[in-house]
Amino acid sequence: MNYDIIIIGAGPSGLTAGIYAARAKAKVLIVNEGSVGGQMVLTHQIENYPGVESISGYQLSKIMRKQAKTFGCDIKTGVELTKISLEGDVKSIEIDSKETFTAKSIIIASGGRSRSLNVKGENEFKGRGISYCATCDGDFYQNMEIIVVGGGNSALEEAVSLTKYASKVTIIHQFDHFQGYQHAIDEAKANPKINFLLESKIVEFLGTEKVEKVKVENLKTGEINEMSIAGVFIFIGYVPQTERFKGIIELNQWGEIIVDENLQTNQKGVFAAGDARVTRTRQITTAVADGTVAALRAVDFINQK
Amino acid sequence: MVLGTNLKHIATAAQHNEVINNNENVMICCGRMGPMCIPVYDIMEDLEEEYPHVAFYDMPFDSPEAHVIRNAPECSSFMGLPFTVYYKNGKLVKATSSIQSKAQITSILNEKLA
Ligand SMILES: Cc1cc2nc3c(=O)[nH]c(=O)nc-3n(C[C@H](O)[C@H](O)[C@H](O)COP(=O)(O)OP(=O)(O)OC[C@H]3O[C@@H](n4cnc5c(N)ncnc54)[C@H](O)[C@@H]3O)c2cc1C
Repeated sequence: MNYDIIIIGAGPSGLTAGIYAARAKAKVLIVNEGSVGGQMVLTHQIENYPGVESISGYQLSKIMRKQAKTFGCDIKTGVELTKISLEGDVKSIEIDSKETFTAKSIIIASGGRSRSLNVKGENEFKGRGISYCATCDGDFYQNMEIIVVGGGNSALEEAVSLTKYASKVTIIHQFDHFQGYQHAIDEAKANPKINFLLESKIVEFLGTEKVEKVKVENLKTGEINEMSIAGVFIFIGYVPQTERFKGIIELNQWGEIIVDENLQTNQKGVFAAGDARVTRTRQITTAVADGTVAALRAVDFINQK
Repeated sequence: MVLGTNLKHIATAAQHNEVINNNENVMICCGRMGPMCIPVYDIMEDLEEEYPHVAFYDMPFDSPEAHVIRNAPECSSFMGLPFTVYYKNGKLVKATSSIQSKAQITSILNEKLA
């Protein structure tokens, strides 16, 4: 099937791009791998989106999705991008190894996701001792000993919040210093339930039904020790979801998409918006602004053809 | 007490019993309105049309009535929300813990609730 514009990603940038492009009478398809709303649905309460005093990320996502659909966007969610061709005048994508769609222009709005450790046992024990969300799963660990992995603000703040439940929290971090704000570091250090294992990393999760132990490597000596543990919370930052475009679209050293002032990538007619592109500020407001610009420039591009 | 999703809701243990006994194939996501649970509700909403022979429901994890799922032996090792359970002819045939992808969910539906 042919479209004017295909948007990859249905976070705030992709949905906004859809709204603007469809309102400009372009035929638009939005394809999304995860949940509509992207990282917005991870946000319990959004209080810095102008015009709305307070709203859950879930609700805001539902409204944006409805707006995009009302203006005529086709939206396919929970799909996997299996092939992509961005060169030339006709761009194409294949989803779920089944359906192929073509378009004159593509907007990449694939955002970011939390980084995983990528070590043995991580996938197997997700939800059985491995978690990425303290508010979701903290209360399963009442009076148990747990590990928090990471050294930024999220790891430090979540470690403190997890001491409400756990009897002991060990923060494991690969460096000898933390990347968080000083007040977050001070708060974690002052908490009697928190202790630290620096210059160390988890190399394997062990257990039968759930995580029982982890193997921890001392990065200074190379020594590996086993630690008995009830649970591990992982907060090691976010990465742009751009692996799929490597080698096709120009990326910087952190995997962020390089764009010009019109948000166009090195491929003509291919634009990028939101957290996936090179930018210092990653917010819903900046994502929707990007979605607007990318959609209008994509419409200009197809009208010039 | 029900969740604010667009799915059909189960509020009580009695209703849970009714749903699993009156439908051949049932998928229930028992969770909260958090980042690990919402993606699963979203996928279920999307699948409702594609799997008309499956009844899709949610149930609030924090309700005392959700003991029917929380205390199921199949969920005994679970330590991550949501607890997602699949029933065929009233029998629990599969349970998963924490967030799942659409591919993981459809593979369970195709294998266990065909
Ligand atoms: C916990 C948390 C709290 C936050 N709180 C706030 C806040 O209070 N206020 C605020 O302004 N910002 C907040 N943010 C930041 C904000 O959510 C992001 O900046 C914003 O969502 C980025 O939008 P996006 O559309 O660029 O990307 P995303 O929201 O990441 O959406 C990208 C979408 O693209 C999909 N996708 C990725 N790859 C592919 C592919 N290959 N094919 C198809 N689809 C793909 C993803 O599944 C996802 O649905 C928060 C972020 C987090 C993680």
